Amino acid sequence: MKVAVCVSHVPDTATKVKIGQDEKHIDPAGVVFIINPYDEFAVEEALKTKEKFGGEVVAISVGNDNSKETLRKALAMGVDKGILLKTDKSLDSVGISKALAEELKNQQFDIVFMGKQSVDYDDSIVGQLTSEFLGYSCISNAVYLNIEGQKVIAEREIEGGKEVVESELPVVITTQKGLNEPRYASLKGIMASKKKEILEKPIVETTNHTEVVKMRKPAAKQPGRIIGTDVSAVPELVKLLHEEAKVI
Amino acid sequence: MSKVVLAILEQRENKLKKVSFEVVSFSKNIATKLNTEVVGVVIGNDIQNLNDISKYGISRVLHYKNESLTNYSASAYTDLVYEAVKETDAEYLIFGDTALGKDLAPRIGARIDAGCIMDCVSVDFAGNPPLFTRPVYAGKALVDVKFNSDKKVVTIRPNVFKAQISEVPQELKIETRDVSNPNLKTKVVEYKKSEGKLDVAEADIIVSGGRGLKAPENFNLVENLADVLGAAVGASRAAVDAGWRPHREQVGQTGKTVSPSLYIACGISGAIQHLAGMSSSKYIVAINKDKDAPIFTVADYGIAGDVFEILPALTEEIKKAKA
Repeated sequence: MKVAVCVSHVPDTATKVKIGQDEKHIDPAGVVFIINPYDEFAVEEALKTKEKFGGEVVAISVGNDNSKETLRKALAMGVDKGILLKTDKSLDSVGISKALAEELKNQQFDIVFMGKQSVDYDDSIVGQLTSEFLGYSCISNAVYLNIEGQKVIAEREIEGGKEVVESELPVVITTQKGLNEPRYASLKGIMASKKKEILEKPIVETTNHTEVVKMRKPAAKQPGRIIGTDVSAVPELVKLLHEEAKVI
Repeated sequence: MSKVVLAILEQRENKLKKVSFEVVSFSKNIATKLNTEVVGVVIGNDIQNLNDISKYGISRVLHYKNESLTNYSASAYTDLVYEAVKETDAEYLIFGDTALGKDLAPRIGARIDAGCIMDCVSVDFAGNPPLFTRPVYAGKALVDVKFNSDKKVVTIRPNVFKAQISEVPQELKIETRDVSNPNLKTKVVEYKKSEGKLDVAEADIIVSGGRGLKAPENFNLVENLADVLGAAVGASRAAVDAGWRPHREQVGQTGKTVSPSLYIACGISGAIQHLAGMSSSKYIVAINKDKDAPIFTVADYGIAGDVFEILPALTEEIKKAKA
């Protein structure tokens, strides 16, 4: 089985966002970058797939040199090799997906995993876009996966429940929390990752279909009030919710 | 008529979802600015409340119909929306930012080489081109985005844009297209409903619990309050990671971003990831022992006290008020 996993290098979720001087990106000063948390489920599932069916797992990232750190992390977890599709430009999701699809199609992967969204731009669409550019099937937001022969059965999380989806290989699966428990990189894995290859390639240039005109902070919420410290405050709270907020 | 706005309506179990009416109103607004018309697209079988959309000022709907299309099929739905785009020469395609919309919108977007702006929460038509605002970093920042592409796909966050009943009643023309042999390469074979539970992503009121509840069984206090309010139960990441609550209830940066009318945080200190996911709620109530907890910086009303005493009292008081 030829398995790819796409990973993204993103600010830690604990980051306090500061808007950069260009007012189009965040100010990266002091920001810690990590592997996108949803991509960890993708790496884990890719490794489990290889363990079950044999084959090779390739991790691919679109970004600048810093993304190598995240590729290394995937390699340390057990991925066989990394590919960095190198660009210093900030691409929108369509641009990223086209770059990924261009690379993936040359190698004829059976299954491509990636996180259901990256925690920076929160678009939740790179997997679906990539699948369409490749002509692959796609199941997004997967919390369960089973592959039997060419048949793929997955469960995806939706409002108020789950959908059981049937599809077939080749397929793009986007991974949601609950699918698995990502393994930790062992010391041996970390050592081994240093010897593994990260291939660097320039991306195929595309123009962005969307453009950020301005990034800004949401209006700060007016500070509220603490109306009490024990049960005696409860009637007042209910009154406020009913008469002032009018929400109950 | 060229350059129409396609409003992609969503049905589940043969009923149009509320967000579909919001999609129609949003589409109407764009169409008015562009001096064009809205065409609705719905895929499914017999849809019980399809006529209800005439109230929202739409006069033409393409209904792609087949028994096997009641459940979502990414492959078939993409093909059929593509048919609709070809037939109407649509410029804009508007979807709800739901599980289905998030899956389908980019598929069709890629096929027609459109730009995609997801999870739009406001739009500014004052300038040319229009600017669409969406949250990034789970709401820690907003971006105003414009399209550079000819075809444009937008998904709108549910419960943000009002479904507006049109003053001028329109006669609704439903054009039924019987679909033979839909492409069911990828298809939903079963819908497993979570037992009797409201979903945090769709609820108007959410009562959430965190580590301050100390043990999973104490979530019954949260559930009781949620019951009297008709609210959904949410949870902090700490409570989910501890295995106390299922992931579908998690609110915050690696869970769901929510904006209900009322959010009640119980025993939640307010980690930055949590605040990012719920700060856009209309009203926030915080109940937490620690008066310095960050949750109080976003709360409209706070009680800095013991969640184990306050929750039962609050449940009783609301019961009384509702009686």
